[in-house]
Amino acid sequence: MREWTRTRKMQRSLVYDRLATYGFYGLGTLVLLLIFWLLLTILGKGLPGLSLEFLMKLPEDMDPGGGIGPVLFNSFYILILSLLISVPIGVGAGIYMAEYAPPNKFTEVLRICVESLSSVPSIVFGMLGLAIFAEYFQIGLTIFGGAVSLAFLNLPMLARVTEEAVRAVQNDVKNASYALGMTKFQCIRTVVIPMAMQGIVTGICLVAGRAFGESAVILLTAGLSTSGEMWDFNLFSPGETLAVHLWYVQSEAIVEDARQIADKSAAVLVIVVLLMNLLFRIPLWISNRRLKK
Amino acid sequence: MSTPVQQYVPEERQVLTPPAKRRRFSRSARVRFTNRMFTYYFWFSILALCLVLGLVIFFIGKTALLTFRDISFADFFLSFNWTPEEEHYGAAAFIINTLSLTALTLALAVPVSVGLAVLIAEIAPGWLKNAMRPILDLLVGVPSIVYGYLGLTVLIPFLRRLSGENLGDGLLAAALVLALMVLPTICRISDDAISAVPKKYREAAYAMGSTRLQVMMRVVIPAAGRGIIAAVIMGMTRAIGETMAVVMVIGNTAQLAKSLFTPASVLTSNIVMQISNVEFDSTWNYALHMMAFLLLIISFVLILFIRYLGRKGREQA
Repeated sequence: MREWTRTRKMQRSLVYDRLATYGFYGLGTLVLLLIFWLLLTILGKGLPGLSLEFLMKLPEDMDPGGGIGPVLFNSFYILILSLLISVPIGVGAGIYMAEYAPPNKFTEVLRICVESLSSVPSIVFGMLGLAIFAEYFQIGLTIFGGAVSLAFLNLPMLARVTEEAVRAVQNDVKNASYALGMTKFQCIRTVVIPMAMQGIVTGICLVAGRAFGESAVILLTAGLSTSGEMWDFNLFSPGETLAVHLWYVQSEAIVEDARQIADKSAAVLVIVVLLMNLLFRIPLWISNRRLKK
Repeated sequence: MSTPVQQYVPEERQVLTPPAKRRRFSRSARVRFTNRMFTYYFWFSILALCLVLGLVIFFIGKTALLTFRDISFADFFLSFNWTPEEEHYGAAAFIINTLSLTALTLALAVPVSVGLAVLIAEIAPGWLKNAMRPILDLLVGVPSIVYGYLGLTVLIPFLRRLSGENLGDGLLAAALVLALMVLPTICRISDDAISAVPKKYREAAYAMGSTRLQVMMRVVIPAAGRGIIAAVIMGMTRAIGETMAVVMVIGNTAQLAKSLFTPASVLTSNIVMQISNVEFDSTWNYALHMMAFLLLIISFVLILFIRYLGRKGREQA
């Protein structure tokens, strides 16, 4: 009787397996290092020299030492306006797709619409805003036009995250509420939305972060300039945002310290987006922990 | 004892309100009313979404089709000559550049991101999995303009030194930046697809004496194939539509990219560079809209293809 031995082929497979495992780990390490290096480069170049004064001051046209006050303000202003428009509609559409839509051909068409809309390149939304507001209504490049176009961009993504969050609510809780004699909307308001809240808020934060850094849409609809005042709430003044300012500073500005301003703006952009993704979720973590107890 | 009812309940006082009046203010009627109203509201929201899609197609398409009033179909799609000042509107160079940029991006990004997905879904221990996923989400959050800026200030000087060319911008720089941008998209979706492969497939393969590499290569990745292809196409739509990161590193010259370091221009970058300087009612503007319409059509086709894949996958299962 021959004893069981490893054939050469088996031996080779084992070696390949070992090598591949090392290879995959190596790849993972490289990508992680790349990501950390990236964040370190952005933050490391921009963070030193960042001051409250820089965040609040008006930009300069010719002299060094300008700040980013109005553009930072515009960024938040446009973001909040666009969320005010898109969140009610996007969340409503998501709830419709998850709770109301009957399984038929028409729902399929609606689904194709949502998916196509989410694949539309952002520059096309910019051109749409340009065509509607600058050309059709003749109001030029405004904060209002930028906010509405940005809302268009956010809609499909909001609908999708809401739908996913609402679908994740278990059926037995819903059935229990129906057994108490609730109407569909009472069930959605008192059971489904509270349970899906965490998913919805996380989705809104992701969308907000994306919208905050969006530049192609704003560049075409809100323009490359500001009204030159710090707290300008007028909806119809031009509204350059921070992301667009970064583009403007590195491509067209003639100030001496353009490079520093761009570095600092990039750092501010990244920090704000990261904070949006992390900080806004903390209240939810706390409430979630309380729910579990 | 024999008091008539009327003395307890005087006739003129209406203790019991008539049914019609009562129903209007009762709780159950109000609940039914809000229920109805909100059904309409949700219905209205989804219609609004479709209306936006309609607006996009209508406004872009309407202007786009005006192009062919002034120039012929063949002129637009087959000519490489884009000199709007002299009334030449040939977009072939942009179309081919877009396609080759996307192909190059995917060639760089797909092996890395699918490998990373395999690492996360199959090999890595739990704590590493839980750490990697949020870090990749972080990468999605970085604005595209910041990627472009980094490409311009870090990558291009690096490429310049590496290649010895005097200009670093071109297809390679753009493809590297885009590859980093689509990496998390492709990785997360293929990660989901690989994790969704039923455990019994793996166990059966291990029971036959396969090594982990063999299980992954011959069982898991083929089983998750459709999901991975869908992930690649999602990455593709992102790469085709990306504007600001590309415009900063590609060089913005209207010519065909013959080498990796030729300054070139793609559909999106050309639109964003020129659209704010042209008259609305000019062939130049129409041609730019036609390019945007082309982008729309490409991304719709890709999305429909993903749906087709998904449906086929469900039929087989």
